[in-house]
Amino acid sequence: MKAGAISKRQLSQRTAFSLLIIATIIVIVPVLVIVLQIIINGASAISWEFLSQAPSQAGKAGGILPAIVGTFYLMLGTIVFALPLGVMAGIYLTEYAKENWFTRSINLAIINLAGVPSIVYGLFGLGVFVLFFHFGMSLLSASLTLACQALAMTVTTSREAILAVPREYREGSLAVGATRWQTIRYLVLPQALPGIITGAVLAMSRAAGETAPILVVGAAFFLPGLPQSPFDQFMALPYHLYTVAAHVPGMPKSTVWGVALVLLVVALSFNVLATIIRLRARQAEA
Amino acid sequence: MLEQASKATTATSLKKGLQRRRRLGEKFIESWIFLAGVLTIVVLLGIIALLLKEGLPIFLDTPPWEFFFGTKWYPVSEPPTFGIMPFFVATLWVTLVATAISVPIGVACAAYLAEVAPAKVRETVKPIIEILAGVPSVVMGFIGLMLLSPLVQSAFNLNTGLSGLTAGIMLSLMSLPIIISVSEDALRAVPDDFRQAAYALGATRWETIRHVSIPGALSGVTAAIMLGVGRAIGETMTVLMVAGGALAVPVSPTEPMMPMTAAIASGIGNAVRGGLQYQSLFAIGLILFVVTLAVNLVADRVLERQKRKFSR
Amino acid sequence: MITRNNKYRKGWPGLILTVILTLIAGCSSQSTTTPTSGEPSGSFSIIGSNTVTPLTSVWAEEFMKAHPKVNIAVSGPGSGAGIASLINGTTDICQASRTIKQREIDQAKANGVEPYEIQVATDALSVVVNPSNSISELTITQLSAIYTNQITNWKEVGGKDAPIVAIARDTNSGTHVFFKEHVVQMPGLSSEDKSLEYGTKVLLLPSTEEGVSEVTRNPNAIFYPGLGYLTSEVKPLAIKKTADSPGVLPSIETALDGTYPVARPLLYYTNGIPTGILKDFIDYCLSSEGQVKVTEVGYVPLK
Repeated sequence: MKAGAISKRQLSQRTAFSLLIIATIIVIVPVLVIVLQIIINGASAISWEFLSQAPSQAGKAGGILPAIVGTFYLMLGTIVFALPLGVMAGIYLTEYAKENWFTRSINLAIINLAGVPSIVYGLFGLGVFVLFFHFGMSLLSASLTLACQALAMTVTTSREAILAVPREYREGSLAVGATRWQTIRYLVLPQALPGIITGAVLAMSRAAGETAPILVVGAAFFLPGLPQSPFDQFMALPYHLYTVAAHVPGMPKSTVWGVALVLLVVALSFNVLATIIRLRARQAEA
Repeated sequence: MLEQASKATTATSLKKGLQRRRRLGEKFIESWIFLAGVLTIVVLLGIIALLLKEGLPIFLDTPPWEFFFGTKWYPVSEPPTFGIMPFFVATLWVTLVATAISVPIGVACAAYLAEVAPAKVRETVKPIIEILAGVPSVVMGFIGLMLLSPLVQSAFNLNTGLSGLTAGIMLSLMSLPIIISVSEDALRAVPDDFRQAAYALGATRWETIRHVSIPGALSGVTAAIMLGVGRAIGETMTVLMVAGGALAVPVSPTEPMMPMTAAIASGIGNAVRGGLQYQSLFAIGLILFVVTLAVNLVADRVLERQKRKFSR
Repeated sequence: MITRNNKYRKGWPGLILTVILTLIAGCSSQSTTTPTSGEPSGSFSIIGSNTVTPLTSVWAEEFMKAHPKVNIAVSGPGSGAGIASLINGTTDICQASRTIKQREIDQAKANGVEPYEIQVATDALSVVVNPSNSISELTITQLSAIYTNQITNWKEVGGKDAPIVAIARDTNSGTHVFFKEHVVQMPGLSSEDKSLEYGTKVLLLPSTEEGVSEVTRNPNAIFYPGLGYLTSEVKPLAIKKTADSPGVLPSIETALDGTYPVARPLLYYTNGIPTGILKDFIDYCLSSEGQVKVTEVGYVPLK
């Protein structure tokens, strides 16, 4: 290569890299715009009263405490049901199930489940948890319903994360006499953990913001008391947001943005949690 | 020597005892794992069963051909007519727009984060992208309504900004985080030896990314895309709010339209349980599921062929 | 490569503990309501139409303030869902913006439920356009033609040369059917046609708020929100039954005295004649203090 001249390959690399950077910027900009919009428009509605009181006058006054509490309970239930189940099912499908067309179909069908409209999950939950199991319109029914929806994503991302661990690691472990479970627990899972967590965070973030599945299984428009047991109805932030945005005449706009802001903070608390866990995992690996 | 041998036998039997206990404990955990797998499959089958049970009966009233290709959707009229072509084409448009935007940008961004970006940049950008995943669908719909729709209306000189284009753009924003995160994880999982081998042969970094990393991560990237597209197809609230809701078969993405998920959500609140409208809505859900499955099957088949070319 | 276990243990004990603790917390904070004599107590749920929910939640709030031992849960998402809940026993009161259909009555009876109807308020629909629109009145016939896409340009009804963006509600809303049957199909007029449907270019939106929003922003839009959604940023039109009738603007008065042609009943359904706490609640809703709230929320009281 002549000194000072840029080869065609170098040029195409620079162009390619610039395009990649542009793509990343195209992704980042809307995020910042959206978050800023919500913060700017919603900040005025936030006050201690807003966060600690029950709604009044169909949500035009008062606060959103029951919705905040309801969403947290809901998320707790969803995580409890979907996370262990999703990860274990992912382990089963990658490590234990035989490699045949049946397993491939199952994997494909699970990915497909991610594309089922959220309203259909709501109706599934209604038929199975509310009516068939007689859990009624409740936190329990809603958590289970959201868990089913989160399951698709959790299983698939866990699978991908586990599959990403190279075969040689497993073979090496088995060669020194470890059992399959030991290999999984001490070798594969720690390696796959960041990927699993990413998937879980994405799934839970989505569940925290879902309206349609909880509409028909227990979320209430107005319920000033806090849920006392998993069998009670509840308020939830996404449904409350949709309510105040769409179904109450004369709602002040700042209230709508305020609820959106609180919901965003709640949904993002998972992201924060996951980042912390990922950082710790990386430190442990180092 | 004999001492060693007897120590060895004690050690072996001790070990065997421990092993048996560990094996039982393992069996216990493994049975839970098996149960989890089974349970997931049960949920899967349950949803399919629900769609079939509630949706199939509509075809007794309206033959499948007419249901799928018909263009008139009047579920609450006397007599009701059910034709879903407008919804099907709307879903196609909206998914097309969303995929055309999110797949190239998503994979490119993932490639940047996994292969090119310095660690500090990656640590900052990844959480920002995950924030996007955390924005709830209602909020996205609201933003689409307030911010994007007027922009689209003036940019394309439309009668209204509520259109398939607006919906597609919002959907692409919702699929991007999944596509990026899962693709990025897949790319990072490609063993570094592969890259080193390519460098050793004189390839530039970009050439390595293009010819080694991305093909090496292909199955993960494909899964990422399928999840992302699935998210776009299944999204209800956002398209309900910004796609426009018109019943005509849309000829261009800038028209107001009603994708299949919006059609379901638009009727489910009021439909008489078990009535014709109720059945028709489930039938739409069924068709949606089948179409998504078909697309994913094709993608999977293509992937298998690619894998055979590039045994990982 | 055995790393520190405690980080990667799947955490069964932790999860189970959390679940148990939550349940314990829930149970222990449950107040045991020992009703003092005569003090109304109990909890019930009201499910159904999103049109009625704002009104019901105001009533519920007032009732709960007056009777602190009562707990009421108010939910949407639609009349059909509410009636279904009444039929399968998951709600005590159903709120609806349409009347129950015969098929639903049959289903109810088959389930041992006797639907009992009570009208609690009225909803007057106003037709609005953007304030920049020069039009100030329309006849029912013109409205029908607009919503069947027969008339597509504002100049055809005396306005400027611009395409009409006709906005309606989707089938989830009782308003969709009501407007179709009472305006689009032009009942009682010589041009009455029961086969008419909304045109395929009409935007069917999922909420009234969104429709009003679009009218506020879009100079060519037209929509039919309920009275309570009117803001200073939209312009209500006077509706003329025929070309010779006077145009009537929507208001509580014109809805009550019947001169305004587009008004529909809001209903509660219960299983049989309501008794006990349900009866107390509904009595409150129908009382004069309850009906004052109707106006506050934006609907039309019964008297």
